[in-house]
Amino acid sequence: MPLISFTDKGLYCEAGQFYIDPWQPVDKAVITHAHSDHARAGSQAYLCHHDTLPLLQLRLGPNHYQPVAWNEKITMNEVTVSLHPAGHIIGSSQVRVEYKGEVWVVSGDYKTEADGISGIFEPIPCHTFISESTFGLPIYNWKPQDELFQEIQNWIRNNQVAGKTSVLIGYSLGKAQRLLKALGEVTGTIYAHGAIWNVHETLLQAGWKLPAIQRVTPEIPKESYRGHVVLAPPSADGSLWMRRFPSASTGICSGWMQVRGHQRRRNADAGFALSDHADWNGLLQSVKATGAQKVYITHGFQSAFSRYLIEIGISAAEVKTEFGEEEEGAPADPLKGDEEGNSPPPPPAGGEDEFAPL
Amino acid sequence: MPERTPNISLEDTNTPLEAGAMVGGMASFAQLLFRLGTSTKTNEKLEALSGYFAHANEKDKVWVIALFSGRRPRRAVSGTQLAVWCTELIGLPMWLFQECYHTVGDLSETIALLIPEKSASTHSTEGAHTIGQPLHYYVEKFQQLEKAPEAEKKLFILQSWLELSSRDRFVFNKLLSGTFRVGVSQKLMVNALARTVQLEPNTIAHRISGNWDPASTTFTELLSEQLTQTDHSKPYPFYLAYALEDALPELGEPADWQAEWKWDGIRGQIIKRNDQLFVWSRGEDLITEKFPEFSILQNKLPNGTVIDGEILPYHDGQVLNFNVLQTRIGRKNITKKHLQEAPVGLFAYDLLELNGEDIRHLALRERRAALEELVLSLQLPFIQLSPVVSFTDWDELTTIREQSRNINSEGLMLKRRSSAYQVGRRRGDWWKWKIDPLTIDAVMVYAQKGAGRRSNLYTDYTFAVKDGDKLVPFTKAYSGLTDKEFAQVDAFVKRNSLEKFGPVRTVKPELVFEIAFEGIAASNRHKSGVALRFPRISRWRTDKTPEDINTLDDLKKMLQLYGK
Ligand SMILES: [Zn+2]
Ligand SMILES: [Zn+2]
Repeated sequence: MPLISFTDKGLYCEAGQFYIDPWQPVDKAVITHAHSDHARAGSQAYLCHHDTLPLLQLRLGPNHYQPVAWNEKITMNEVTVSLHPAGHIIGSSQVRVEYKGEVWVVSGDYKTEADGISGIFEPIPCHTFISESTFGLPIYNWKPQDELFQEIQNWIRNNQVAGKTSVLIGYSLGKAQRLLKALGEVTGTIYAHGAIWNVHETLLQAGWKLPAIQRVTPEIPKESYRGHVVLAPPSADGSLWMRRFPSASTGICSGWMQVRGHQRRRNADAGFALSDHADWNGLLQSVKATGAQKVYITHGFQSAFSRYLIEIGISAAEVKTEFGEEEEGAPADPLKGDEEGNSPPPPPAGGEDEFAPL
Repeated sequence: MPERTPNISLEDTNTPLEAGAMVGGMASFAQLLFRLGTSTKTNEKLEALSGYFAHANEKDKVWVIALFSGRRPRRAVSGTQLAVWCTELIGLPMWLFQECYHTVGDLSETIALLIPEKSASTHSTEGAHTIGQPLHYYVEKFQQLEKAPEAEKKLFILQSWLELSSRDRFVFNKLLSGTFRVGVSQKLMVNALARTVQLEPNTIAHRISGNWDPASTTFTELLSEQLTQTDHSKPYPFYLAYALEDALPELGEPADWQAEWKWDGIRGQIIKRNDQLFVWSRGEDLITEKFPEFSILQNKLPNGTVIDGEILPYHDGQVLNFNVLQTRIGRKNITKKHLQEAPVGLFAYDLLELNGEDIRHLALRERRAALEELVLSLQLPFIQLSPVVSFTDWDELTTIREQSRNINSEGLMLKRRSSAYQVGRRRGDWWKWKIDPLTIDAVMVYAQKGAGRRSNLYTDYTFAVKDGDKLVPFTKAYSGLTDKEFAQVDAFVKRNSLEKFGPVRTVKPELVFEIAFEGIAASNRHKSGVALRFPRISRWRTDKTPEDINTLDDLKKMLQLYGK
């Protein structure tokens, strides 16, 4: 029996009698982060990082929670469990599991670039590493955050000159908080959708110092938005809610925006390849840095990434999980690829066949 | 049916709009394209283009005019070569390159994304790139390298990949692989140019038409009158009509209008100047060679004559099905057999130049009178006047239009008798009034993944009609569904495929579509015995089941009615 097995309820540690990010109700769930595809309702007890706790409470309501600090060792039936920063969103953690000298690490979602609020990802030496692969193709290599923020700021300034409202689409948990500081530098007021506002309030109450935002409400005269920035979650994109903003220019922040066709399909005025997931080089370096003898690849481009790892001499296998489902509770639309989605949006229509595959 | 303009998907606004950011070179051309790609408003596009023309270097401007008027450089290397060189350069296995290509859907972009960026410092804070040679350097180098040994091509391409930024590299690849398209009309480009050079758009449109080599023509030469005079082949820009929008009575007095049949052949200009004959197609291709029948006009037409007309399959006073002409279009060498089997004629619409004088400003009634005199004097059976359809009131004309299909016409043209011959597509004086397409309900039986950008989705379908209890496939049809519908059909195909033949899947015959088409002809290459012209999906009949679709007999009836 391997230390962690892949069951139909999720990743299961039999020796410790707990699951990691289970997708069905269980007795004991260790949660990597508060995104809906990793933190699901119905379990008896949850273990998570201190910073994840208020977010889980917001999402799942009152429950039995056990918050821990990074590097804090918890013992469950002789199995030692500890959480370590994953750099994905606030509170996001990798899970280290040790039993009789054998170490497994579950990455959850992670990114290798420090974004200033999500903790700094650190590779944890282990025998077996279970890694996500959302952007596990070599076309996905991100520009540094500073450069992307500058592009976003330039876009906003140009919208201001043209008398437009800048509507930025990004996840209410993660992207929204990450953007605030850069946005505050170029706009007077940052308006936000209710979903973002809820997360924001929760974080403020938990003691986070975040720039102020103003909730979009029906009472606000439409003209007040002009020249300012509105933050909205992907589920609001294309909805009636969006129509209130005068001369809106829409920009999407998502790793999928790396590919123009996906940008065009989303019908946005601008796309910024800003992601909370590791890019190709980040994934490769992290896998190598763990020194793991065996690597399991989950949600994303698992087959391509694991095949490549095998070719460069790392023992890898792909694993099917139920991570990567749409968050924010919006109905799944096959054409709307999202940051947390486990498959990229389909390529756009049009164009011509200029390259017959060999 | 939305008309799909070929588009070089260039959405990206990550650069400022100030002209100051234009630093010349490939980067400013790439920036222009990205701005054109992101703006949805004509005025913004116009500003982007005129801003470019105001700052770009002279040689680059000539190339931009060339590229935006359909003069693309020829493909210098194959896509496969590019793919192989890219994988060698970055040390990736070919299967992984292909995975990437399938996700991106565009070879040029795949390569642009895979080559690592030089370093962050090459992006200045304005977002403009100060590196890279000018546009003309690259395009002219492609031309020079066309016949060069492969190693030399490869060296140049790899070096360029490494020195260009990702965005410039994308444009470079598009130009290199002959897949450069731009979703901006020539008219818009001409209008932008007019803002910077103090010339009327019509004058510019004329001067940049015809035969000129972007590599050896300077910007000043191109826009000067001189070149127009020395280039005897130069056609006039075609005057194109919009589809009729309002009810006929809105047009006013029937007597002010000339009605003609709308023909669907090859719109062209026949030019005789300086004892030479030139035949141009609307796409601005010189097609003199393709129509040896017209060579007799070299002697018969007076110098300084330009006729606008339609080249049609024509025999014994009858316009034939367009299908007939298709057998000789695209052939390199026209044989005697082609001439016999696919005879052509010219239906003359208009006279643009008479005795060396541009008469486009004259009223249609005057030009028509001159045209009639000229054509009648030729006494050539294959040069006909496009017949004028006489009518006294709009109701009568509506009835006449019903006959269109019987004479292989697409409908009617309405031209104001007082109208000048204008430049490009204009509203007001000329209207086309096409008949509705033919339609048939059919069931989807095969599906194939799309090419290029659509390579992840099943988007190419084959449709069948009923013949007793059998299904007979009769046509493919591509466009016409929304992205959302494509995704739904794709999901259906994945769940309901019966067999796999290479890339083709046979699908449970369940989804019914209405197929629209412009014409029908007999064909022995098709199992069904018919070939359709311009078949496309007009709508998804979710309200119908395979029981309700049309039959092979229905198709055969249509063939009898319209397939002559
Ligand atoms: Zn996540
Ligand atoms: Zn995830």
